[in-house]
Amino acid sequence: MTTLAGSALTVRFGHGDRALTAVDRVDVDVPEGATVGLVGESGSGKSTLARALCGLVPLADGEVLIDGAPVRRQHGRAVDRHRRVQMIFQDPFSSLNPRMTVGDAIGEAVGAGKGASRRARTEAVGRYLDLVHLDVAVAGRYPSRLSGGQRQRVAIARALAARPGVLIADEITSSLDVSVQSAVLNLVRELRDELGLSLMFVSHNLATVRYVSDFLAVMYLGRIVELGPTEVVVADPRHPYTRALLAAVPSLETAAERGPADLELGDPPDPHHPPPGCHFHPRCPVGPVVVPERQICIEQDPRDGADERPHRTFCHFASASSNSAAPATPREEQVHVGCDR
Amino acid sequence: MSEPSTSRLRFALRTPVGIAASVGLAAIVVLAIVGPVLWSDDAARLDILAAAQGASRAHPLGTDALGRDIFYRVLVATRLSVTLALISACFGAAIGIPLGAIPALVGGRVGKLVTGFINLSVAFPTLLVAIFVAAVAGVGARGAVAGIGIAIAPYFARLSQTLSSSVAGSDYLAAARMLGVRRARLLRRHILPNVAEPLLITVTIAVGDSLLALAGLSFLGLGVQAPQYDWGRMLSEGLSQIYVTPVVALGPAVAITLGALSFVLFGEVLAKAAAGGGGVRWTRSDLSFVSLPPAGDGADARPVPGVLSVEGLTVSFPGGAVPVRGVTLEVAPGEIVGIVGESGSGKTLTAMAIADLLPAGGRMTANRFSLFGEDPRTLSDGQRRRLLGRSLAVVYQDPMSALNPALRVGRQLGEVAEVHDGLSKAQARQRATERLRSVRIGNAEARVRQYPHELSGGMRQRAVIAMGLMGEPKLIIADEPTTALDVTVEQQILRLLRDVTASGGASAILISHDVAVVSQLCSRVFVMYAGRIVEELDVAKLVSGPAHPYTAALVASVPTMRSDRTRPLASIPGRAPGPYDDEPGCPFAARCPRASERCRREMPPLEPHSPTHRAACWHPLDGLEDVAV
Amino acid sequence: MIHLVPGDPVRAALGPTAPASLVAERKAALGLDEPLVTQYVDYVRNVLHGDFGTSMTTGESVTDVIKVRAPATFKLAGIAFLVAIFVAVPLGVLMAALTRDSRRRGLELGFTATAGGLAAIPSFLLAVGLVYLFAVTFQIFPVAGRAGVSSYVLPVAALALAPIAALARIVRVEGLRVLGQDYIRTARGKRLPARIVYVRHALPNTLTPTLTLAGLLLGGLVAGTVLVENIFAWPGLGTSLVQAVAQKDFPTVQALAVVFGTVVLLANFAVDIALGVIDPRSTILES
Repeated sequence: MTTLAGSALTVRFGHGDRALTAVDRVDVDVPEGATVGLVGESGSGKSTLARALCGLVPLADGEVLIDGAPVRRQHGRAVDRHRRVQMIFQDPFSSLNPRMTVGDAIGEAVGAGKGASRRARTEAVGRYLDLVHLDVAVAGRYPSRLSGGQRQRVAIARALAARPGVLIADEITSSLDVSVQSAVLNLVRELRDELGLSLMFVSHNLATVRYVSDFLAVMYLGRIVELGPTEVVVADPRHPYTRALLAAVPSLETAAERGPADLELGDPPDPHHPPPGCHFHPRCPVGPVVVPERQICIEQDPRDGADERPHRTFCHFASASSNSAAPATPREEQVHVGCDR
Repeated sequence: MSEPSTSRLRFALRTPVGIAASVGLAAIVVLAIVGPVLWSDDAARLDILAAAQGASRAHPLGTDALGRDIFYRVLVATRLSVTLALISACFGAAIGIPLGAIPALVGGRVGKLVTGFINLSVAFPTLLVAIFVAAVAGVGARGAVAGIGIAIAPYFARLSQTLSSSVAGSDYLAAARMLGVRRARLLRRHILPNVAEPLLITVTIAVGDSLLALAGLSFLGLGVQAPQYDWGRMLSEGLSQIYVTPVVALGPAVAITLGALSFVLFGEVLAKAAAGGGGVRWTRSDLSFVSLPPAGDGADARPVPGVLSVEGLTVSFPGGAVPVRGVTLEVAPGEIVGIVGESGSGKTLTAMAIADLLPAGGRMTANRFSLFGEDPRTLSDGQRRRLLGRSLAVVYQDPMSALNPALRVGRQLGEVAEVHDGLSKAQARQRATERLRSVRIGNAEARVRQYPHELSGGMRQRAVIAMGLMGEPKLIIADEPTTALDVTVEQQILRLLRDVTASGGASAILISHDVAVVSQLCSRVFVMYAGRIVEELDVAKLVSGPAHPYTAALVASVPTMRSDRTRPLASIPGRAPGPYDDEPGCPFAARCPRASERCRREMPPLEPHSPTHRAACWHPLDGLEDVAV
Repeated sequence: MIHLVPGDPVRAALGPTAPASLVAERKAALGLDEPLVTQYVDYVRNVLHGDFGTSMTTGESVTDVIKVRAPATFKLAGIAFLVAIFVAVPLGVLMAALTRDSRRRGLELGFTATAGGLAAIPSFLLAVGLVYLFAVTFQIFPVAGRAGVSSYVLPVAALALAPIAALARIVRVEGLRVLGQDYIRTARGKRLPARIVYVRHALPNTLTPTLTLAGLLLGGLVAGTVLVENIFAWPGLGTSLVQAVAQKDFPTVQALAVVFGTVVLLANFAVDIALGVIDPRSTILES
């Protein structure tokens, strides 16, 4: 079992006036055997954060810690020689080398760690294909001959073949058909339970993330705005953005009565010039636009002093909509009762 | 090469162009190898008596100043001409390809410098660079080859740069790096196979271009020098005789042209094979409709009042694809209906058929097609344009590509009013601004003058909706209008659609793969599967009581905020049939847990389950049981 | 440039029999005995003052030679460029409109084959062919030299034909690509008349890539003039260049390199600016 953590991670693209801070001093934690769901809309930086944890983008600041130990940096990227972290990408059509057969791709993952005989490798490939419920005959095919769902399974098999401790799944179901999505999600859950993996699940789809994750982290414009156990965050969201996001999820059960949610959030900001202080304040339904006295939202970054607030909400005015009845939580998450107001 | 591209190659080579190019290339290669062996004596034989003559039986292409036969000389010169061209092309590739790969490997300021240098050098014409290099290196074959090689290197560099940056940014390379694959293997197994094909093709084409350039240099006297001779030199010698014995220049001229053409065409054939087919092209459908004979029971095919009524709608494409099979739906005034289905279910094409926007080649047939009380197929072009332009609005899935990037937003909105309502430009702009305001775009006066790329995704979609509102639409067809948008924006767009239909008294058809989205806005839903409507029901019954097993399975397989986190999700094994599949029986039978023999044999008709609920199933659910997973 | 040449260029120019003292004198006169950097600085300074030095073979001022011959070349290239653009672009657009959606397959094949063939024929071949046909056989146009309007026809045709073919093909392909875009579907969905769809919606999006190509075209034309001028004995820079290279007259070659290079750079610069103006998404103007 492996833990993965990021401390003050910062990723910046471009320089000077055109700089874009995609990830802004983010602390994130994937405990042993747990699944952390990372949710946010486009431009929130969730995919960039995932890639930074894998060492696929250079870090401007901060460090990645695997099993508590900081990971070496090369050209600014976190490089993990022991392959303890593996990633499954969003687009099943570009994440597999079109000129390698499925067997070669998975075999490469098996063999890259240490020298292995060809027979051993073929057997291993067969086992991994079986693990993802694909027929062994698929090993001889090229990716172009497979469906999206099948390719995604191959990608999962390839990631597993490296025997990682942590898997990062970046929008793995977004490109798939609806009826295939559930099969892939089931597979991921099953594998996670069977192999005892830690998992970070990135998605813009809140319902999917909720279904898979133990903990939920909500991102907005490069920052995590709320972080806590899934059930708690969903039942009792404290950050105004989280509330808006939850309200926006179309729910089949109540849709017919409610109709579309009444959300007037205004236009999304320019990521190159994010609003000062709390990034969400221009669109916040309880912020300075609506309640002019709350100037602190414009002046002060709400992440300072977050640890005293209910399940680490990064908002100056995270209100308690209920009292303490939060369930007992495992290890790291402290749930404090009371609010800031 | 991977299996699909070898078959594409074979296919491409069978075209007339492919055959011509292959034959030409083969001939050149053979001549280059064999020519000097067989004919160098013939080519060198002097015949002073026959010097500088035109065509004759002994010398079909004439003789040169020393009486040597031109025909044989052309054949023998093949080797030198082709060899020099090959060397130049390879030389250029050897310089250019690594140079272009530098920015992807090194990055940073050095990379940018190299990129700028490449962009600059591409601008310089090949021949000029070659001439200048030849000036320095000295005239002759060596200088010429060096010159041309250096001159074409930038083109290779540019291509190499594009390729290496696309491979460098690809996910599969990232995955390989994360797997710890060593750099040598990365290069060998991941990078090279994916760049080799386009580069090889470019080398082939470059050989053709080098041939031409070399001929040009020799022609100017700056290339191959006597006693060596290549086609270019022969041409220059022939040119001096052109007024006396023009045929002497003909031989080398034809050789140069055909030689270069063979290489270039062959390269282009390879390129086409590598690229594969093109995409779908959208256009107005071919309106020479052949209307189907009316349905056997003598159904009334006359247009009916109401917004839309279509029966037996079928869309087919040449080649036997029938993505929409016998769809029947009605839309009453003021109602919003949904069409739900996965990709490939035919929902978009159904809508496009109704809107008369099928892609090229698509044919639409229907037993009855009544839109706003008229059958559009019976109208003249002008009448149809007026009917549809005024009363039908379409909202597309991707607002960025639906709007023309080269035109201002106001223009794109205004022209609808100019064309259909005869407004002046200023009046049209005014109405456009009002409409933008009505869809809650702030600062509408400024937005009207902006270009689409200056608006955010949500704003663009509002603008597209506003564009549809420029007339007075009675029907709005929204094809996956929120799929490309964030979920918070999605809610705003859905609300907008609802308000717009309510205030204008319009009806709407909302198409989506997302059952929840459809149920937020629609009162009635049609579920499509494999080109057919399998169920029609009220939205409220979607969760509580679908009759068709597919609908139930679809609803069960999507995670919601209330899904049980301890149990696996329902999933549907197998794959949906495609537009070419013509199996008899129910299309869902192969994947349905309730399928029986009858289901596989006979296609169930769409039958009323209750007054407002129809399902096409022999064994419909009765609302009390769970669908087996 | 002179220093890149292996061996002794001055001696080579003067001939192997020239006495050593003469060679030394010439070297001094050309300033070749001074350090490299000084030579470069001096050269650049002179060029900026319009002085390209003296020809090694004829002893004339290179600047004068350029001044006399440049107009001929620029006129030829300029006219050929305009002809190419005004013929190729409308032709390509027309072809795109006619052959869209795989209509008129025969026309498409014929056009592609003809244009492809014409584009492949090198301009000098074409020139030779034209000379033969029209000047020798039919005697309609003069064979060579520059005198009056009719003497322009053949050289311009020889220069422009291949670029017209190439450009028309590319404009057609771009036009087809644009016609396949979603926004054209939107325009048809708005039931706009066909005329408006083509001219207002399709054409502007075709122009941008066409313009880029036109810039490259100009560069290619400049190169083509070298060949064509030699065939038609046109008194321009092209003929000077070839003579100079053959005679190893490095100051002239160098000067012409500068001139041609500058022309090409200016042409590309102009294209970039035009693109910046036309394409609303371009950020060139901002930067």
